[in-house]
Amino acid sequence: MNWGSASEFFAMGGYGLYVWGSFGVTFAALLVEALLARNRLADTRRLLRRELAADREALTEHPSRRP
Amino acid sequence: MINWFKFASPASFYPLAGKLWPWFAALATAFCAAGLWISFFVAPTDFQQGEGYRIIFIHVPASWMSMFIYCVMAFWAVIGITFNTRLSGMMCAALAPTGALFAFLSLWTGALWGKPMWGTWWVWDARLTSELILFFLYLGYIALTSAIDDPRRADKAGAIVALVGVVNVPIIYFSVKWWNTLHQGASVSLTKAPSMATTMLWGMLLMALAFWMYSIAMSLYRVRAIILEREHHAGWVAELPEMQR
Repeated sequence: MNWGSASEFFAMGGYGLYVWGSFGVTFAALLVEALLARNRLADTRRLLRRELAADREALTEHPSRRP
Repeated sequence: MINWFKFASPASFYPLAGKLWPWFAALATAFCAAGLWISFFVAPTDFQQGEGYRIIFIHVPASWMSMFIYCVMAFWAVIGITFNTRLSGMMCAALAPTGALFAFLSLWTGALWGKPMWGTWWVWDARLTSELILFFLYLGYIALTSAIDDPRRADKAGAIVALVGVVNVPIIYFSVKWWNTLHQGASVSLTKAPSMATTMLWGMLLMALAFWMYSIAMSLYRVRAIILEREHHAGWVAELPEMQR
């Protein structure tokens, strides 16, 4: 174990800004990327569901226009 | 023998990717937890750089990933050009944002490491400059492919960028040998014993595995969105269980 106390851990021997600036930004960026990808898939699915529902509705209203 | 071409069809790769990504995400989390534990609680203080050296545990893995992902994109580019498979272009497009992110993180953590150790955030030395070019290559790939409306033509143009740009990867890797750089030489190489303590090496390798698994999970996840976007008129998409609600 390297650290006597929590404050020693956060100070990182005087390199706190650099060490936490690196690890913090890295994990924040990975998290944001994962959330953006999740939104993208959810948005695409929502859009496609709406499209499909509109298609089905058009078919029930005008069955003669079935392709 | 597995029929690989079966999985080259987006209709069969979409559900496969959906089954696989959670496993890679779980592996990424596990490796990351172990890697962070070693990085902060097991690896000893460096006798020269004190606690500041701990940036190595994400800087080196992020840099490796940024170079490796570009090579994987070049691989898919070759497959796409040779076999004219649709999935290869989609995989390239799914990998590019993650690669760009790791290239950025390599530069970002490098700057935060350079400031206290070299006294500067940035120098135009061969290693840093070639990594910056890699970052721009990723951005160029993303910009070019999103500027072309027809996805098949966008894939072809992107494949050329991926193939031409891959020449930069060995330049980055060997830059510390070929030129006199401020950046230090390789800490780990395939031919020599690593020039670092075993616990430090383990921390770095575990974080590299974590980033690797993350990248696989991320690209499998993102390729599903890309498949749906491009195949939205296909019959199999309408029959997916998640489309029935």
